[in-house]
Formats: sequence, structure tokens, C-alpha cells
Amino acid sequence: MTNDLERLLNDAFPEATEVRVTDRTGGGDHFLIEVTTPRFDGLSLVEQHRLVNDALAAPFASGRIHEMRIKTKGST
Amino acid sequence: MSEEVRERIKSVIDTEPVALFMKGTPQFVMCGNSERALQALRSAGAPVTAVDILPDPGIRQELSTLSGWPTIPQVFIRGELVGGADIVQELAATGELERKLSESLGDDYRDEAEERVVSVLVTA
Repeated sequence: MTNDLERLLNDAFPEATEVRVTDRTGGGDHFLIEVTTPRFDGLSLVEQHRLVNDALAAPFASGRIHEMRIKTKGST
Repeated sequence: MSEEVRERIKSVIDTEPVALFMKGTPQFVMCGNSERALQALRSAGAPVTAVDILPDPGIRQELSTLSGWPTIPQVFIRGELVGGADIVQELAATGELERKLSESLGDDYRDEAEERVVSVLVTA
């Protein structure tokens, strides 16, 4: 699952300088998602998180993800 | 039924200064993320109007359709989605949340900072 999410994020943010998915509990359903990309520059946190949510919409809709914590950063 | 729930959710978002859609209530929080959002809002002295989404799965469904935000909690200030637990916590830590509250609600927003719980459930 961690690899699946990383793949989706790398596809959605090919220009990202960091994409990290951490299984917070080891149970495969609580994840910390960290994405750093210049594409976030000038976007509000809500807009940044929306892009991440969109990238992971399919696995999230499947109900296999119980919790996603998201940490986003722009290039600055 | 779902249409009525949607209208009630909309009305809470549009009319409440600060709306927190959460699992449980401020008195009995049912999820760590809802707790994080609540504590962040409290730390900024926000007047929180809480809506428990747990009583009916339709509430969460309608809310996420309206907001385009998949997870709970969700925080709105003056009708605008501010984010979930991660964002609100980050904004509180940087002081941005207090600035936003002052900007949207006026500098004296703390004066009427009571917590309320409202229901969007439609009872037959």
C-alpha cells in the first residue's frame, strides 16, 4: 500500500523534490504523506492538500485508508 | 432526506462564524484528528460551532460532496474551508489562524468565543 501511494504521488508530482509515505502504525491504513514541490508555491494550504487528496482519491475512496496526515511544502 | 441534510450543512457553513465538522462533540471527541482540530481552534480562542458527523453516514457524504474535501474534521471560517486537522494545527502554530480569525470575524472575535453544538440531522 505504501508503495502504491508513493507511485500515485510520483505520477501526480513528477517534479517533486520529496515524496514520502510513512505507514504510521504499521497496519497499512494510517499514513503520513509528505510532498515538497515547487508547484505548491503561491498556493494556500487548502489548495496544496487538495492536490494531494486528488492524487490519492482512488485508494481513499476504496476505504482502505483510514487516516491520511498530509504535510506539504513549496520550494521556498 | 439527503437533500435536507445538505441544506442544513450548507446553512451551518454559511451562517456560523467558525464551523467544525467532527467525529463526536467537543465534550466527547471520538477521534484524535477531530481532537487536534478542536484544540487548535481553542488555542486561537475561536468561537466554535461543532457538528457531529457520526450520527448518520449521510452527513459525511453530503459534507464531502459540498466541500470537495474527503476527510474529517473540516473547519470553515465564514463559509470558507480552511482545512482539516493538519492545516488548522499548522496555522495555529504559526499564528496564521489567529490572523485569519481577526480578519474574518473582527479583532474582538474572542469576546463571544463560546462553544456550541448543532445538529444537522433531520428527525422525522
